[in-house]
Amino acid sequence: MAKITFITSDEQRITVEGFSGSVMALAVENGIKGIDGDCGGVCSCATCHVHVAPEDVSKTREASEIETDMLELDDHTDQYSRLSCQLQISEDLDGVVLRVAK
Amino acid sequence: MSDVSLVENLAENQICVIIGASHAGVNCAFALRKEGWEGKIMLIDSDPELPYHRPPLSKTYLHSSEALGQNLLKSSESYGKENIQLLLGIKALSIDRKTQNVQLDNGTWQAYDKLVLATGARAMIPSIRGLSEAKHVYPLRTAADVNGIRDKISKNPGQDVVIIGGGYIGLETAASLRKLGAKVTVLERESRVLARVTAPEMSSFFESLHAANGVSIHCNKQVISIAEDGEKVQVICEDGSSFPADLLVLGVGIQVNSELASAAGLQIENGIRVDETSCTNDPNVYAIGDCTDHFNPHYKRYLRLECVQNAVDQAKIAAGAICGKDVFYDAIPWFWSDQYEVKLQLVGLSAGYDEAVLRKESELVFSIWYFRGNELLAVDAVNSAKAYVWGTKFIKSGEPIDKEKLKNPEIELKSIGK
Repeated sequence: MAKITFITSDEQRITVEGFSGSVMALAVENGIKGIDGDCGGVCSCATCHVHVAPEDVSKTREASEIETDMLELDDHTDQYSRLSCQLQISEDLDGVVLRVAK
Repeated sequence: MSDVSLVENLAENQICVIIGASHAGVNCAFALRKEGWEGKIMLIDSDPELPYHRPPLSKTYLHSSEALGQNLLKSSESYGKENIQLLLGIKALSIDRKTQNVQLDNGTWQAYDKLVLATGARAMIPSIRGLSEAKHVYPLRTAADVNGIRDKISKNPGQDVVIIGGGYIGLETAASLRKLGAKVTVLERESRVLARVTAPEMSSFFESLHAANGVSIHCNKQVISIAEDGEKVQVICEDGSSFPADLLVLGVGIQVNSELASAAGLQIENGIRVDETSCTNDPNVYAIGDCTDHFNPHYKRYLRLECVQNAVDQAKIAAGAICGKDVFYDAIPWFWSDQYEVKLQLVGLSAGYDEAVLRKESELVFSIWYFRGNELLAVDAVNSAKAYVWGTKFIKSGEPIDKEKLKNPEIELKSIGK
């Protein structure tokens, strides 16, 4: 189980619990605004972009090459950017704070 | 019939009815709330399932045991939270534009102030002798279609499957059923698979990929009849060849659901004709997604597209326009297809190209860049998100490309501009 906090563009902090699957699916299930996941979670659309809080980067695994490449589609990408469909929920992620990208 | 003109015309009394609850309709409903629509939103679909993602149907959903619930477009709670009323398993029968009402098959009429047609398309059923009587025939468009295939294949994974049509749906289905252990044959009418959508090099790549994975692909095969053969059927082609099948899958394209719009007197061309705000020739009726014939400003022509990108983009444009925002459609189309471990990503439209430039990083990582003169029209990228991303950027910016640099995989894509 992992507690995951999303900060939406209107500065709402929403903490939800997830057990398995991707962070994108968890966000969609909980109606987190700004995470669309248009392609259904196969790293094809880059509409589930989040920024990991700098202090939480160690909770996440490194991004794959395709994820890093796809992130380049977005002008707001920075070193903390991830596609949340590629973040798998596990206990390692517990407590992570993710800011939904603009 | 109710008459909304009698009701005080307050924003919260307005009703937006959306017909079709797939990618376009669902996204439009949520986008309406985001844009500030205060009135009712009613989302109607004849499919009884909670709205789901369609692309996985021929891919992961087909070859895994995952539940449809893992592929929902939005959670069931989300509709309540945004006050979107879902009417599932209900079909719209007709539209009365004069009184602004939609007739439903539950015996009621639903009044609207704004109507959005997101009626999509249905699987094309080709006219082949014996097809309508044949058993074990499955189109592939809805969750029910795929559940049927899953049930049939689960009884004996080694069954003979014949797929008519070597387009994306046919090939993705072939890959998925192969993964389950089926013996798969693809029959394509043209001389190569994906003939309508990609360059010959890409067709050969996918033909080899499928052959290497044990799928038997036959091109130039025009199926003319289906004959009963005990528990199986025989799929008979014009050249006299025939293929036995325990299961027959149809992947020969779609037919636009434009009948409702047409009967209501809306303009139909290659789909429901809409303007740059996704509005039809009736200012109170919009149309979005696969069913529309719309103008693409980048390619400067009318198009009908079957893809998630267009469904979502038009949904947002229509929602904005309905809420009085100054918006217009100006998108570069993109698509994807996953087969085996190969990820194909496409951006732009290659129709009208006069030169296809190959950039090959390795046997399994390459891209084809389609040009008309010096203008980049489209990129098909195999296992190369980088080519897809840079292709998108170059198409959008119009920056000229040095084709010699492009061909050289040693030169980074960000440095191929002239």
